[in-house]
Amino acid sequence: MARSVYEEFLYEEAAMLDEWRLDEWLALFTEESVYEVPRAGAKDSADSSEDLFYIADNYFRLGHRVKRMLDKAAHAEWPRSVQSHMISNVRITGSDEKGVHVTCRFITHRAKNDVTDTYAGHHNYILKMVNGELRIISKRSFIASDSLREQGKVTIIL
Amino acid sequence: MPDTLASQDKTQGTSLIVDDREGGLFRVNRQAFLDDEILEQERDKIFNRCWLFLGHASELPNPNDFVTRNVGGKELIFNRDRKGEYHAFLNTCPHRGAMVERQEFGNALGFKCFYHGWAFNNNGNYATRHQPGVYPEDFNGDGCANLVPVKLQQYRDFFFVNYDNGANSLESYLADSRMILDLIDEHGPNGMEVVGGAQKYSIRSNWKLLMENSYDGYHALDTHETYFKYLTDAIGGPAEMPKVTNVMNLGNGHASIEGDAPWGRPVAKWIPAWGEKAKTEIEEIKREVVSRVGEERAGRICQLGRNTGIFPNLVINDIMAITIRTFYPVEPGLMDVTAWALGVKGESRDFRKRRLDNFLEFLGPGGFATPDDVEALESAYRGYAAYKLAPWNDISRGMSRADGEPFKADDEEQMRCFWREWDRRMGAE
Repeated sequence: MARSVYEEFLYEEAAMLDEWRLDEWLALFTEESVYEVPRAGAKDSADSSEDLFYIADNYFRLGHRVKRMLDKAAHAEWPRSVQSHMISNVRITGSDEKGVHVTCRFITHRAKNDVTDTYAGHHNYILKMVNGELRIISKRSFIASDSLREQGKVTIIL
Repeated sequence: MPDTLASQDKTQGTSLIVDDREGGLFRVNRQAFLDDEILEQERDKIFNRCWLFLGHASELPNPNDFVTRNVGGKELIFNRDRKGEYHAFLNTCPHRGAMVERQEFGNALGFKCFYHGWAFNNNGNYATRHQPGVYPEDFNGDGCANLVPVKLQQYRDFFFVNYDNGANSLESYLADSRMILDLIDEHGPNGMEVVGGAQKYSIRSNWKLLMENSYDGYHALDTHETYFKYLTDAIGGPAEMPKVTNVMNLGNGHASIEGDAPWGRPVAKWIPAWGEKAKTEIEEIKREVVSRVGEERAGRICQLGRNTGIFPNLVINDIMAITIRTFYPVEPGLMDVTAWALGVKGESRDFRKRRLDNFLEFLGPGGFATPDDVEALESAYRGYAAYKLAPWNDISRGMSRADGEPFKADDEEQMRCFWREWDRRMGAE
């Protein structure tokens, strides 16, 4: 498929996140999927069975992450932050039996309590057509920094 | 002279604490979190005099290994020399001050300053060859050109530094908190290791609030409601808080709370969500622990969890995972936090994954709990701006229990242990 198909998919995903349409966002994932945010500065090969990550969700925990974020008792995100997800440099880097590997750069802004935090880095996706729809098999978000000293936390979906 | 806290001398303390044992009231003035001058005093009387956690032996498995890290506002090198001896040096060139090692970790026979090329062996000794006649013949006779060593002691695999050359021994400083480190070290037959790096984040609040929060049993259900909802689903039954809890005053401002919590423990407490294969594995691990340390001690290691605060700023949470956490004030309203995960040396990959999963679902900047603690600490700090009109924090919970009745984990006694030591040290000349 053309790169524009994947680009379109990623732009739609970003819009769901910006607009807090998290149930719709979760529906992009298959039940075997993972969502991971390794420690800032980690290599692409980082492994959540060996390294300390910030987030390493299977589908079950990702579902709860969404449920939690939509709950007013998730104090870190209530009142809700305002977010802006920017995607660029979309590239298809390969494909295998799992799916098509797509990478892009991101800049995500999150504003709450009069503070705006910036997260920059790259996402590595594995995407696959399932029943005629593009779905996420794996999303890994790498933060281009050596720590989270600036932002303090990752309470949103990058 | 032992570090043990003598009977409270009110004339020595600060005026920022009200410790009214008869009236059952304990209050901390919010000014204690706000003043630049108080932070200066904390640097002088606490961070420059207490034993501060530096690192874990597992971070330096081989001779010549090093890590660099900021401890109490000072850049340090923690390393082993050619013979395998451990050292801690100030990471500043004795010549003009630049850091002689700027990588986070590595293996090096020596250190070389990039500014003018001064070189040092990894035992800290000056090793530059310079032409005759440049410096006096007895240059460095007094060691002025060597890296400056820092007082370093270890208890089991935990290494601490102290910037006060007159400080008492680490052992006497740790007092009964040694027992907590003993229990952790006994999780596995081959000791423990730091797992895959550190989480480094910051909180826009005062450092002492994180100490309180780290062993505060009272906030768990309200602050972490969403975590307990998740846990109920994950363990396949109601996630109830422990019925029996212990509070341990460990001396010198150290304290711990102990309880039987609803989550699985990656040492050897199984939950249904882990499946039958894990059950067999965990039963085997438990048998090994029992055979090594006996039934009673194995019960404490496998079944019970502990949140421990070692004064002033070392937190060891041996709960659904084991964290080592330190934090330092950058400003009164800003702290830098560093958190490590500790695991059993030699545990299987599946088990390590389980341990890290447990860690991540509660702890750290992407967990289901820590970010809500951070929100609470930051929101409290904003509230303190009105300290002149609303001056006091209340930490009296459980103080009115009858004499001899044990404290419970949500009684806040552990925080009073911290504050009494803080007050004693800050009041001292």
